[in-house]
Amino acid sequence: MNIKELEEKSKAYRKKILKYIYNAKAGHTGGSLSIIDILNVLYNKVLNVSPENFNSPEKDIYIQSKGHCVEALYVVLADKGFFPEDDLLTLCQYQSPYIGHPTKKIKGMEQNTGGLGHGLSICCGSALAAKKDQSDVKVYTVLGDGEMAEGSNWEAFMFAAHYKLDNLCAILDYNKLQITAPNADVMGLEPLDKKLEAFGWAVRHVDGNDVESLVNTFDALPFEAGKPSFIIAHTTKGKGVSYMENVLKWHHGVPTAEQYELALADIDG
Amino acid sequence: MGQEITNIPKGVGLANLEVFASTLESLAQADKTVFAVTSDSRGSGKLVAFGQKLPEQIVEVGIAEQNLVGVATGLASMRKKVFAVSPACFLTARALEQIKNDVCYSDNPVKLIGISAGVSYGALGSTHHSLHDYAVLRAINNITIIAPADNFETAEAIRQAAAMDSPVYLRFGKKNMPEKIEEVEHATSFEVGKGRVVKEGSDLTFIATGEAVWPCLKAAQKLAEEHQISATVVSMHTIKPLDQRLILQLASQNTPIITVEEHSVYGGLGEAVGSVLLQNGCHNKFKIVGLPDEHTVSGSQGEIFEHYGISEKGLTQSALNILG
Repeated sequence: MNIKELEEKSKAYRKKILKYIYNAKAGHTGGSLSIIDILNVLYNKVLNVSPENFNSPEKDIYIQSKGHCVEALYVVLADKGFFPEDDLLTLCQYQSPYIGHPTKKIKGMEQNTGGLGHGLSICCGSALAAKKDQSDVKVYTVLGDGEMAEGSNWEAFMFAAHYKLDNLCAILDYNKLQITAPNADVMGLEPLDKKLEAFGWAVRHVDGNDVESLVNTFDALPFEAGKPSFIIAHTTKGKGVSYMENVLKWHHGVPTAEQYELALADIDG
Repeated sequence: MGQEITNIPKGVGLANLEVFASTLESLAQADKTVFAVTSDSRGSGKLVAFGQKLPEQIVEVGIAEQNLVGVATGLASMRKKVFAVSPACFLTARALEQIKNDVCYSDNPVKLIGISAGVSYGALGSTHHSLHDYAVLRAINNITIIAPADNFETAEAIRQAAAMDSPVYLRFGKKNMPEKIEEVEHATSFEVGKGRVVKEGSDLTFIATGEAVWPCLKAAQKLAEEHQISATVVSMHTIKPLDQRLILQLASQNTPIITVEEHSVYGGLGEAVGSVLLQNGCHNKFKIVGLPDEHTVSGSQGEIFEHYGISEKGLTQSALNILG
């Protein structure tokens, strides 16, 4: 898939995210729109994961630590053929398996996540197991910027460097807004690259809403032999829908009918 | 020193902790997918020899219990048989959300090993006591909870847990326990989820778990010798799922039931047994012996047991009181 095709995918994914959130009248809109280009590149260019190989010990592993942006993941997994996309019309409905966080009830999901600060530790264990097995399995997670305040992440940062897990890559969806306010006001993260480098990680910055930059960055993995890789993906919350971009209320805001139509036109625009 | 739970007539066995470590080592030698994960706890977990003999099968995470359980989850998801070993107090409090979400909810078959459980750490104080673990874990779906009483149960529990494809929490202390607590004619067997009747009687029943079973047997012996009272003693090693059938069978004798545990009287074995009795219309006289809802008295494990009546003397008195 070339860059142009990936860009078209991102547009289509954005519209589907909005479609299913609008239908469910629930979802994490802003974050799903900021994270989607990362998931697009992961599933269409990086991960060795498909419905056919999902039970194989040789496939790659993606665990979404930032579980609340599950709508983005659902849309991508449906596109990859893990389940019929129409299933998403039941999102968040009574007795639907398509709940508001990743769940193993859905094919394609590795673990149930949603509590923040869990995904990276699990990835560390999986990456270590792959090393022990001398397998080529690579392990990826996407973290949210708000969840970087969870202490468990920093336990895992220490572990990954100690065990030289260069088959592990963590991507930060750094849209710089969390539910209360900007990260900088809630609990400042900076200087993040220096902190992570001091913890023994190889760190790169990227425009996390630019698929070409993302492809090039993933192509460079591992950034340094013997070190886990961390991608600080600078993103925009609500990306692609101008009235949602960087606006706090769209953290889990649901568009009205009028706003929904406006958003679709904006994405096409 | 208060009355210690030693003076074991059949010869003192090992600490259940040591039996755990040697059993795990033999399992790991036979199966390269068996892993121990420790949080700077290989010394207190008696796993130093394991680490020396099988260095590729032990993973150290440092003093980071949340990461301990997360890493154990990741290993288990990659088809490893993982034993996450940490003091029960830290494992089941600091890492409770990882247990709830990563292990139980995500259904990863991690074996959580709570060492030096209950008040094993004695005078180190309440930071190091785990008197809440049955209560919190009972309320979490998809986990088996086991507290073996003696060396026999410990070895069997570890072997059976290793073969289970589901989450298990096992907890035990570090004091020497008998090799096998048993005063029945037929040798008893161990099966997860089935209580073990270690002494049969007709006047009352002690249903106990973990290291509280042994003082129950001592009390039963004293009751027989000095008061001509015949007590049944059950090791209810599996607290969840609870052996409801055995509890109702014991209740049908219409004699008093005393539960005994090294845990808060809230939310543990006693309340679990009481729930079974009440919901099945059983009106046996009933008493829960455990740690009351107060700041725990300071002292050794034996002194704390004695203080709260988890002792030969205390349980004898509880039996006499309930029989009136």
